[in-house]
Amino acid sequence: MDYIIHLLIFISIYAILAMSLNLLVGYTGLLSVTHAAFYGVGAYTTALLMKFAGFNFFIALAIGVVIALIASFLIGLVISKLSGDYYALGSLGFNIIVFTIFLNWQTLTRGPLGIPGIPRPELFGFTFSGNIAYLALSFAFAVLVYLACRFIIGSSFGRALKAIREDEEALKCFGYHTSVYKLVIFAIAAGFASVAGALYASYITFVDPTTFYLPESVLLLSMIILGGLSNLQGSVIGAAVLILLPEALRFVGFPDTIAAQLRLFVYGLLIVLLMLYRPQGIRGEYKL
Amino acid sequence: MNIIEAKNLTKHFDGVLAIDRLSFSVANGTITGIIGPNGSGKTTLTNILSGMIPKDNGMIIIDGVALERLKSYDARRYGIARTFQNVRVFEQMSVLDNLLVVVTERNVWGALFERHGEYHRARVLEVLERIGLRDKQTALARTLSYGQRKLLEIGRALLTDARVYLFDEPFAGLFPEMAKLIVTIIHELKADGKTVILIEHNMELIRELCDTVIVMDSGRLLAEGAPKNVLKKREVLEAYLGE
Repeated sequence: MDYIIHLLIFISIYAILAMSLNLLVGYTGLLSVTHAAFYGVGAYTTALLMKFAGFNFFIALAIGVVIALIASFLIGLVISKLSGDYYALGSLGFNIIVFTIFLNWQTLTRGPLGIPGIPRPELFGFTFSGNIAYLALSFAFAVLVYLACRFIIGSSFGRALKAIREDEEALKCFGYHTSVYKLVIFAIAAGFASVAGALYASYITFVDPTTFYLPESVLLLSMIILGGLSNLQGSVIGAAVLILLPEALRFVGFPDTIAAQLRLFVYGLLIVLLMLYRPQGIRGEYKL
Repeated sequence: MNIIEAKNLTKHFDGVLAIDRLSFSVANGTITGIIGPNGSGKTTLTNILSGMIPKDNGMIIIDGVALERLKSYDARRYGIARTFQNVRVFEQMSVLDNLLVVVTERNVWGALFERHGEYHRARVLEVLERIGLRDKQTALARTLSYGQRKLLEIGRALLTDARVYLFDEPFAGLFPEMAKLIVTIIHELKADGKTVILIEHNMELIRELCDTVIVMDSGRLLAEGAPKNVLKKREVLEAYLGE
């Protein structure tokens, strides 16, 4: 039972990441390969503030969101002027830069050693130490992010995002400063990713740079492509499938080490097959 | 009173002169046709006038305001709306959303908290009726026929409530009934005191619709005036019709 709860916690955290990335890739058509960086910003901020400064989880999470917003705003100022392939390459560059900071700013992050012993969240004297309590917490955040994403895409702002995805130059002719829209949605998505990072850090109680590198950004992209672009339920389905799939491989009889390698193989194969046979994914409303 | 004046407009693309010291004016409330052979710079001119590409040199004056640099998102502020030679609707959005996006809030904060209220919907439905696509409002734009997508583009332009409408070959590839509908819309715009700039190859339509015609060749102004006079000129016939 504990194992299933553990998987559900991971699905909740990755659902937050996938939904927020879908705002960028699926709804706005911006192929961002830097989402893991903001996931990391949230995780490291929470880890550092809780472990070394004794902050409450929720305050650390909020500060992580603010830092992710500031970082994304600065990064977004540069890449929001780009579109198409250039946007993807620019965002990829920023994921590498942020990873390099996590790895090499050793006085702050302890570099490759990572930060162990991150406390679990506390609220009004209650500690979320048990996994059922943590599942309730992470699920609550996932629901909040889902509702926030629905609010965004149901607004005039959300409609404009889709129009940017369809034809940014044409939309500009109707008086839209599209780079401002791109910057704002980039920051919102980064803020949500940072929430997922905080939940991850406090759940695993350990962070190190490798979790927030390019393969993680690619995994997140795989989730939303599999589940379906421009569809929030699809993001959740994609996250669930790609969290559960490697676990299923364990039961096929492969040793844990091979199952881990196979996971990457399966992700790659899935993306290729989806692009060939179902580019809109399981529930997608938009094709790349 | 001129609503648009262009003085010595010049535009190069990688060393190729697309617009060559072009000067002309468009009177307020008129229909002006722009004709010329393929590659004569008509679409480049439309792109400059709508801010989609910058001019290299020269001056654009809109309603008495001289503009150093017109950006595409400023075109709406100056009352300019356009359609495209190659249709550019928002393909994977519904017909309704294609139109709503034109009328809703531009300010990011305002747009985040705005739902398409009855006011916007009523305006959009009125235009859908006008362009004959009311029964297609929930359809994705990509599922429309070529002509319907052209009409959707025109509907989008109508919703901007602009002062100047730049229509880039709106009749190309259309069935006669759809062409007739667009003719009606252009007449209505003129009756409302709007200005229409029409790029078109169909000389019958130019004669029927336009008060003035501008003939371009190799990025230059070849002739300008009333269609009945301009279309008879020898240099126009030579350049445009190869006669």
